[in-house]
Amino acid sequence: MLRIDGAHAFYGHIQALRGVSLDVQEGEIVTLIGANGAGKSTLLMTVCGNPRAAAGEILFRGEDITRWPTHRIARAGIAHAPEGRRIFPRMTVMENLQMGAVAAAEDDARRAARLEHVFGLFPRLAERRFQRGGTLSGGEQQMLAIGRALMSGPKLLLLDEPSLGLAPIMVRTIFDAIATLNREDGLTVFLVEQNAYMALRIAHRGYVMVNGAIAMSGDAAALLADEEVRAAYLDGGHGKIAAGEGGAP
Amino acid sequence: MTTAATDRETPPFAAAAREAALTAAVALALTGPMIGLHAASQATGLVIETRWPEVAIAVALVFLGRFLLALLGRAFVWPVLAAGLAVAGGGLFVPFPNALLKAVCVAGGLIVALRAALMLVRPRMTAAARAKPALAARWVAPAAGAAMTAFALLLPVMPFADRQLLDLATLVVIYILLGWGLNIVVGLAGLLDLGYVAFYAVGAYSFALLAQYFAFSFWEALPLAGLFAAMFGVLLGFPVLRLRGDYLAIVTLGFGEMIRIVLTNWVALTRGPNGISGIPKPSFFGAPFARSPPEGTEAFHQIFDLAFSPMHRVIFLYYVALTLALLANVFILRIRTLPIGRAWEALREDEIACRALGLNPTSIKLSAFSLGAMFGGIAGCVFAARQSFISPESFSFIESAIILAIVVLGGMGSQIGVVCAAVLLIGLPEWFRELQDYRMLAFGGLMVMIMVWRPRGLLSHRDPTVRLPAARETPP
Repeated sequence: MLRIDGAHAFYGHIQALRGVSLDVQEGEIVTLIGANGAGKSTLLMTVCGNPRAAAGEILFRGEDITRWPTHRIARAGIAHAPEGRRIFPRMTVMENLQMGAVAAAEDDARRAARLEHVFGLFPRLAERRFQRGGTLSGGEQQMLAIGRALMSGPKLLLLDEPSLGLAPIMVRTIFDAIATLNREDGLTVFLVEQNAYMALRIAHRGYVMVNGAIAMSGDAAALLADEEVRAAYLDGGHGKIAAGEGGAP
Repeated sequence: MTTAATDRETPPFAAAAREAALTAAVALALTGPMIGLHAASQATGLVIETRWPEVAIAVALVFLGRFLLALLGRAFVWPVLAAGLAVAGGGLFVPFPNALLKAVCVAGGLIVALRAALMLVRPRMTAAARAKPALAARWVAPAAGAAMTAFALLLPVMPFADRQLLDLATLVVIYILLGWGLNIVVGLAGLLDLGYVAFYAVGAYSFALLAQYFAFSFWEALPLAGLFAAMFGVLLGFPVLRLRGDYLAIVTLGFGEMIRIVLTNWVALTRGPNGISGIPKPSFFGAPFARSPPEGTEAFHQIFDLAFSPMHRVIFLYYVALTLALLANVFILRIRTLPIGRAWEALREDEIACRALGLNPTSIKLSAFSLGAMFGGIAGCVFAARQSFISPESFSFIESAIILAIVVLGGMGSQIGVVCAAVLLIGLPEWFRELQDYRMLAFGGLMVMIMVWRPRGLLSHRDPTVRLPAARETPP
């Protein structure tokens, strides 16, 4: 569904991506893990055309979207829940969700069905629909960011660090919701995460990024069991849990 | 100042009296030479007159005032309120050696009484104030809007409505229209525009020039003035698409000046600083407001069989401005709930998120600029009709600043706030014109006070565009 072929990207003179290639198949959850500053978020932003890839190709459902403007990429069916959530703080939950549906030119019935779907996935949002976005808790804001992205009825959902700054129980709720979306609706998800353990548990496949290039890739379960990955990204914080539930995924 | 320790030992009256005596001693030291000794010129030359009674009264007033305030600090609220009112009332009747002392006595008594009254009211207000925002959102704002609209509609038939007042009211309505237009750009879309006066000028000059060269009437020129201004809005919008904040403000400021300078220097077309005069007034569906209309046309007073009065034209122009403003209000309130209006607000909140949602910032910004400019142009057209004479001088930077002040003071994005601020900023200074130079002082003081007490504007509450109906569907 999404194929990135040898993408290079720069911030000014600093090279952030050094020939990244990866692909996401329809119906998959693919995760990209890596340390802070490895270029994970940059890759997601490059898919959205900001910054634009200096070299390489980005294909979405066979079409070359490398040079498309950001809003056109979003309209083509790639929804992006950006890093730091970026909800509209002074607008209500309802208005935030409606903003997500603006770009998708659809009739009211489809839109209402989408809204019900989002509320079904995150009942908490339904309770707070007239509350201002800025007054929600971090976890609720993340739900809102994902819900808003879903309102356009995307074919591919890009998630940038949905666990950022959330309590462990909230992280679990969010990841459960992502897994549900994939399992029940067949939504394709490309997930960028620092929380490698949680990400690899729900993903089908994973890529590991180091210094702007893909260092390793493979089956999520295999990566989770891999000695190198464990040493670099897992044993620090989640080593014990991983050891206890090693065979689970 | 007495300390807490001495307070405990001495009874409150004695402590207050001592504090007052200290202050009175300072007052005596100051007023003795300044008021007590007065150099008067007489036939024999300068002589020094003494005015000891005045000094005694001034010191007594200072003692009394300080004593009452000191008691107020010791929680004697009701007695101080009564005493303050008594002093103020007594000051009105007791003869004073000069008027200034009388004024000080009355004003001082009132201030003391006011402070006492505030102390009585304040604890009760906090509880009510807490419940206020929710109420304000539900019905206070619409009710106030309806009341203001009714007042505005009935203004010409009020007994106190004279020609001068209606003329001023028309100007206020023009500024309300300008404020609402700029509110789209600054309040909703969050794009700081310091050159809004350019669109006002474009609207005014469109009408003036069309009338001058092609004999267009007000009604023919009105839509064109809005259209031209909107085109200039797009023209300004394109180069500033990538700018935000301070940089945007600088470029728009420059744009405003450019228009004014072009108008000043393009003498062949605009007659430069001499301005354009003889701009026609709007007609009533083709019927002019003239005592003796030209051949073949019937004047307004003839159609309705009224005695001719120059007031008709003033009233009509007021209603034209008011109608346009009300239409603009309905338009803006409606568009806020539509995707494009929602997108303006979203753009103000977070541009990156907007892009991620598939919104095109270019078209959103351009639509905000052009619609805001359109209302500016329409306001300019009405302004030109009101003045019948315009020159580039009317469109200097200070106008932009005033319109922006109306938007900011009103609370960004608030429709009623703009009305309040326009009345305050345009109406009051004109009203108190007799006070001459002091009015600008008072005006500046007022602005400072509002920014101290209400830094986010008079009405900074943002109304959500969706509410209750959907809430009823969900059972608790």
